[in-house]
Amino acid sequence: MTQVAGEVRTPAPPQPVWGRVTRQLQGVLQRVKSGARTMEIDFRLTGMILALIAIWLGFGYASDGLFLTPRNLYDVAVQSVPVAIMATGMVLIIVSRNIDLSVGSVMGLTAYMAAMTQRIWLTENLHLAYGSWEIWIAAILVAIVVGAVVGGIQGGLIAYIGIPSFIVTLGGWFIWRAIIYKIQQGQTIAPMDINFAILGGNLSSGSAISSAGGAIGFWPTWIVAILMCAGIAYALITSRRKRREYGFPVRPQWALVTLIVVGCATILYGAWVLNNYPLPPGLATQYATLHGITEPAGGLIIPVGLAVPVLVLLGIALVMGYLATRRQFGRYVFAIGGNPEAVTLAGINTKRIILGTFVLMGILCAIAGCIQASRLDAGVTSTGTGYELLVIAAAVIGGTSFAGGIGTIQGAVLGAVLMQSLKAGMVTIGLDSPMQDVAIGSVLVFVVGLDTLFQRRAK
Amino acid sequence: MSMAPNPESEAAPVVKEALLVEMRDICVAFGGVHAVQNVTIDLRPGEVVGLVGGNGAGKTTLIRTLSGAHPADSGQILVDGQPVAIANPREAKALGIETTYQNLALAENIDAPANFFLGRELKTRTGSLNDAAMESTARKVIGRLNPNFKNFKTPVMSLSGGQRQAIAIGRAIHFNARILIMDEPTAALGPAETAQVRDLIKQLKSEGIGIFLISHDIHDVFDLADRISVMLHGKLVGTVNKSEVTTDEVLAMIIMGKLPGEVSQRELAQLHG
Repeated sequence: MTQVAGEVRTPAPPQPVWGRVTRQLQGVLQRVKSGARTMEIDFRLTGMILALIAIWLGFGYASDGLFLTPRNLYDVAVQSVPVAIMATGMVLIIVSRNIDLSVGSVMGLTAYMAAMTQRIWLTENLHLAYGSWEIWIAAILVAIVVGAVVGGIQGGLIAYIGIPSFIVTLGGWFIWRAIIYKIQQGQTIAPMDINFAILGGNLSSGSAISSAGGAIGFWPTWIVAILMCAGIAYALITSRRKRREYGFPVRPQWALVTLIVVGCATILYGAWVLNNYPLPPGLATQYATLHGITEPAGGLIIPVGLAVPVLVLLGIALVMGYLATRRQFGRYVFAIGGNPEAVTLAGINTKRIILGTFVLMGILCAIAGCIQASRLDAGVTSTGTGYELLVIAAAVIGGTSFAGGIGTIQGAVLGAVLMQSLKAGMVTIGLDSPMQDVAIGSVLVFVVGLDTLFQRRAK
Repeated sequence: MSMAPNPESEAAPVVKEALLVEMRDICVAFGGVHAVQNVTIDLRPGEVVGLVGGNGAGKTTLIRTLSGAHPADSGQILVDGQPVAIANPREAKALGIETTYQNLALAENIDAPANFFLGRELKTRTGSLNDAAMESTARKVIGRLNPNFKNFKTPVMSLSGGQRQAIAIGRAIHFNARILIMDEPTAALGPAETAQVRDLIKQLKSEGIGIFLISHDIHDVFDLADRISVMLHGKLVGTVNKSEVTTDEVLAMIIMGKLPGEVSQRELAQLHG
């Protein structure tokens, strides 16, 4: 296999079929990439988006349109959120040549702490009234503080004592899960506070804030979509103008316009799909009685719109993307992945940066934990079991390299959505659960295989 | 023959040019191994001091104490005659001490401007990275050192040795270096690029920058250095003025640890086998 790259220029000697296939594949990838370069778009990310669209259309076809119903897409989006949120942090961990195997356990612990805060400590012990606004805030804060402390302990041991992250977080994988059982004998803590329950995106969780429980409703969805479009256009145009002021090469105008149009169209289409998902009839009736509305003949149509957890994910992805690419912290995380010694010799405190990535990871686990507890409407001991591997897989499918130094936040989020789409898609066409795992495992190996082939060619 | 391992023993001249750097009795040990033992060297403004010796002689270890990469176990460092403590690279840079390392110390996965400003990023008012401003400066400085340099947006791993060296040297001189440490600056370069680096060293010297030049290429050192300090097995053999010695005499210092006065003609002849 290694001779493939070296043979590119030699006149073709008889080759095994496999060698020809990989060579042609590399050639195709190369041509697509040079097209992407003209537009200055991320080749790999675009490839993932296309793959995602193909998967959606494929499952849509195979399931007679069931997969593409707004209701199913809403569920796929919501179910991707916990893994996607944690994957944004895992990117920085893996990029700086570390690993975090404890994220599932930390997610479980923080979810349980959030549940304990709202069901036991504040209400039973401190006698706060159910549904009071302090409860959901305190529950989330407790989870975040616990996550940050856990991340700080692990990060401190890794950065300052020098214990390998694999070992520290493998230990954490055991420890943090075990602590859950010590808090309340591992009892299931349920149900969640009425306001806290919005976080999970469940439509049944009726609340005063929105008409559709865990989603933001019709107009807010359009507003969010339009703000996102404006944001994309503004970011692309200002960065182009700035590069122009300095006299740097910029992407051609048509490429700029195409990017903005395609980006905005995708966002608006997504908003339109979500707003075409009406609240299920039973819940709509409930809503009508609750608010004293008489239902019209055809039933009350309440568009659901964007799920609250998906909105949280969008916010986190934005913040993490900004941290990773526009701040010194992110720059140093990537530089450490490239050459830790160079970063130290540049006078940068690398230990503090590594500590920072683990604290951040802990906080993200806590947010994912809160969303999961809200989605399950309970704090249970098993929350997050096995998630560490899903999170790592999402980051890797999203283009994060285990050699360090390479990875993107958007890629990791897309990786999580792609994995969840595969899972949900196979459910809609009736494949059983073991087959789903076979598919996810195969995709993981296939994607990394493509990366490997492509990088070999690029050298 | 003026050999000055110990500056105190020199008869005080009427106008003694101020010393930029003095490193006195520097010792560094790793475990039980004495990598550097009681070494004393110095540097004047606009002077190139060549630091030579075989592999494992302790040159790099000695110089790492000045660049802040590894603190000395004992000894004293004076900059402009003032004793200083250099605990890390940041403190060295604050004193105007810049270093280009043998392995160039670049982060392979990020682009040239990001490496150029690593640790000293330009930021906007909101504290974000000002990549456009950094790229602009990097283009100017690196472009002056190497006019063929075009790839400012690609990871440096795809660049040639000379281009990477241009980044390393560019960032060392851009931040107002007064003391420049160059560890094997031509080791990874072809002949044309080596000539470029030599010209650059002469230019920097004329601007009054003091340069420690570490090399095991004796011809490099003879071409560029004013004085040559030779190390062997962690100890300083001696410091000689280039104009007063031959390459063979320096070779004898490197290989046998003998000063020009101590070495016989027969021993010198044996150097060439």
